[in-house]
Amino acid sequence: MITASGDAAPTAARDHFSLFGLPVRFALDAEALERAWRAVQAAVHPDRFVAGTDAQRLLALQYSTRINEAHQTLRDPLRRAAYLCELNGVEIEAERNTAMPEEFLLQQMEWRESLEDCAAAGDVRGLSQLGQEVDSAMAETVLLLEHLLDRGQPDFDRAAAEVRRMMFLVKFGEQVHQEQKRIERGTAANR
Amino acid sequence: MALLQIAEPGQSAAPHQHRIAVGIDLGTTHSLVAATRSGSIDVLPDAAGRVLLPSVVRYGPQGVVAVGEEALEAAASDAKNTIVSVKRLMGRGVQDIAAHSTPYDIVQDGAHAMVSLNTSAGPRSPVEVSADILRALHLRAREAFGLGAADDLAGAVITVPAYFDDAQRQATKDAARLAGLEVLRLINEPTAAALAYGLDSGAEGLYAVFDLGGGTFDLSVLRLSRGVFEVVATGGDTALGGDDFDHALAQHWLGSWGLGHDFSGLSSSERRRLLRLARQQKERLTELQALEVIHADWVRDNGSAHVASISREAFDRMTAALIQRTLAVSERVLDDAGIQPSALMGVVLVGGSTRMPGLRLAVEKAFGQAPITGLDPDRVVAIGAALQANLLAGNRAEGEDWLLLDVLPLSLGLETMGGLAEKIIPRNTPIPVARAQEFTTFKDGQTAMSIHVVQGERELVAECRSLAQFELRGIPPLSAGAARIRVSFQVDADGLLSVTAKEQSTGVEASVTVKPSYGLTDAQIADMLQAGFSSAEQDMQARALREAQVDAQRMLEAVASAVAQDGDLLSAHERAEIDQVMDQLRTTCGGTDREELLARTKRLAGLTDDFAARRMDRAVQRALAGQTIDGVLDNAAR
Repeated sequence: MITASGDAAPTAARDHFSLFGLPVRFALDAEALERAWRAVQAAVHPDRFVAGTDAQRLLALQYSTRINEAHQTLRDPLRRAAYLCELNGVEIEAERNTAMPEEFLLQQMEWRESLEDCAAAGDVRGLSQLGQEVDSAMAETVLLLEHLLDRGQPDFDRAAAEVRRMMFLVKFGEQVHQEQKRIERGTAANR
Repeated sequence: MALLQIAEPGQSAAPHQHRIAVGIDLGTTHSLVAATRSGSIDVLPDAAGRVLLPSVVRYGPQGVVAVGEEALEAAASDAKNTIVSVKRLMGRGVQDIAAHSTPYDIVQDGAHAMVSLNTSAGPRSPVEVSADILRALHLRAREAFGLGAADDLAGAVITVPAYFDDAQRQATKDAARLAGLEVLRLINEPTAAALAYGLDSGAEGLYAVFDLGGGTFDLSVLRLSRGVFEVVATGGDTALGGDDFDHALAQHWLGSWGLGHDFSGLSSSERRRLLRLARQQKERLTELQALEVIHADWVRDNGSAHVASISREAFDRMTAALIQRTLAVSERVLDDAGIQPSALMGVVLVGGSTRMPGLRLAVEKAFGQAPITGLDPDRVVAIGAALQANLLAGNRAEGEDWLLLDVLPLSLGLETMGGLAEKIIPRNTPIPVARAQEFTTFKDGQTAMSIHVVQGERELVAECRSLAQFELRGIPPLSAGAARIRVSFQVDADGLLSVTAKEQSTGVEASVTVKPSYGLTDAQIADMLQAGFSSAEQDMQARALREAQVDAQRMLEAVASAVAQDGDLLSAHERAEIDQVMDQLRTTCGGTDREELLARTKRLAGLTDDFAARRMDRAVQRALAGQTIDGVLDNAAR
């Protein structure tokens, strides 16, 4: 089989970053990703092949799916970091690596208690403060991930540990947000 | 209309005729068909000049099927055989609609939980009733374009509420198949509306489309930039619409007359007349001052009459809870999108029910801005669908191009231990999307496994919508936990799910039997289509041959266009082989040997598969290389 000259590797064989012409690293130009995603989708989306042959339509579905998958992975810092680790042979395996540093566990417990107290008391301000604490912890983790993954000799093992920790943060942040919404709705209904 | 000679993968490079494609808004209370005629978009009228076709089908005596106004006339006198608002029953089970009192004789359809309605013409599924509505619109379009019996429409784009689940979408697509329509794409109503408004040509940014139809509500947040319509988040309630406002008003009257608060004391024709009156008075109120009171008579079957009075102010009060429900959904969707109302560039109102002044005020207050209402809310969706149909059929005018990127409206999940639903693909994930999940056996020698796919946001399977049960068979008998079965879920650009499964350790493909929970199987549809062809055996053969010829022709055009554009991706040897097979196929096309035609079409397809993949890779490369700040779509078309 002759491979065409001048073209890069087939889409299927490329990583998510080079699929969009982006450098393989954690720091990301979010705007560039969005632009590239739209441009590539415009070229391969099934809508472009409605009149095509069955093979073309199937390919369009596969490519379009692949491009969405890459886009979804890269746009989220957590999934992007996990993907980088996995690209470099370090699996996240969150289910099997549940051990966390004691300091982190204590912090988690403290937050959980705080969430329960605020929720029970309908303390909107307390919840919003808690939400901010979680947000800044996540922002710190993102900075740390950038350091671990992009600077000098990348440390994928440590990065993977940070990813696992950040998974907790994300989940907890969602719970705080849900409580906030619940209390807001309750207030609106009683008004 | 200046037609572009389109040079784009998958579309014919040969100058071709305008291909007739239509857009259909299949609504709860009425339906429309629109198309591009002599360069401009038109909603197509019937012979009497009416564009709105009431979504009402009557199965009359002697097998006469009436659709539209004629059926609506009979709605009160023959309620049992006259089906209204069938869209509410699409993809639904008996228990779903029990809550909504209907005048129909509902039967459970055999092995399925799907609803069927007993009419004088026999049991009719909602899919078949919808097909009758679509057939009427199909016919209207054929007449408008003067199509002969041998001519086919290039296809149709059909709109569905953004919040329709997989079962409802599949039911809609099946109905179109039964009506003899080639579905180019199912698109979401709000996306169609955004397209009709030409929001892409205006300021870039986030817009909300607030769509309250006869029976469904949804709110979608779209990001528009340079020809790309990207749905960011969507949500809604497929059992909330203008019908509910009519119900609220009718119930208010019943209460005021001391006739109770539901319809249980009414005959089905009394009920129909009352709901019709409620709808008429509701529509009249739109034109009136808030405190003006209007009166009308409601006559019972025994001739006694009651005076139904209402003012806008009172109507607004009794429907405030319904409006509140739309706003609660809106708030959740904005939250999903991670934005405040102030971030929106505009709020577009779609659907006839958004004419209600009380609703408009509530929306303005909740979003902090006056909504956009320039186009007729009844027509805007059909017009958007027709625009998309025209684009997909390849009739794009110069400088005209856009891309719709949609999302999955409801999370897809699987039933796990203890009746819990585990999410596989979360809602608002851009489509098309695929996910795979691995399963293992829990018993030694286990060779089959049952998988239950559900859709919805709740944690309990019982509270989600059951989409399908899959039976995986042919798993190699291994010790417990040794077999690894990878189940892949693919949601396509229509938002429809398909499932495949493969055992990983041995590579054995486990067969998947799909039993749609609330839909028709492919076999049932084939039977129905078969029954529809009253024609003789000879006609069937002629039709089959013609289909094969059309397919071959399409294949030839596609390959010729591909070779013209990207012939350099082929080696001289490959090129020669393709040319030879194309020549053979061309010769066969003129003949009547269907088997030979199919075989040669298949041969050409096999020969060009790899070429198609190389072209796709090149398209990706070009899209990236040529990508400039404002060149997204210009590049794709090059």
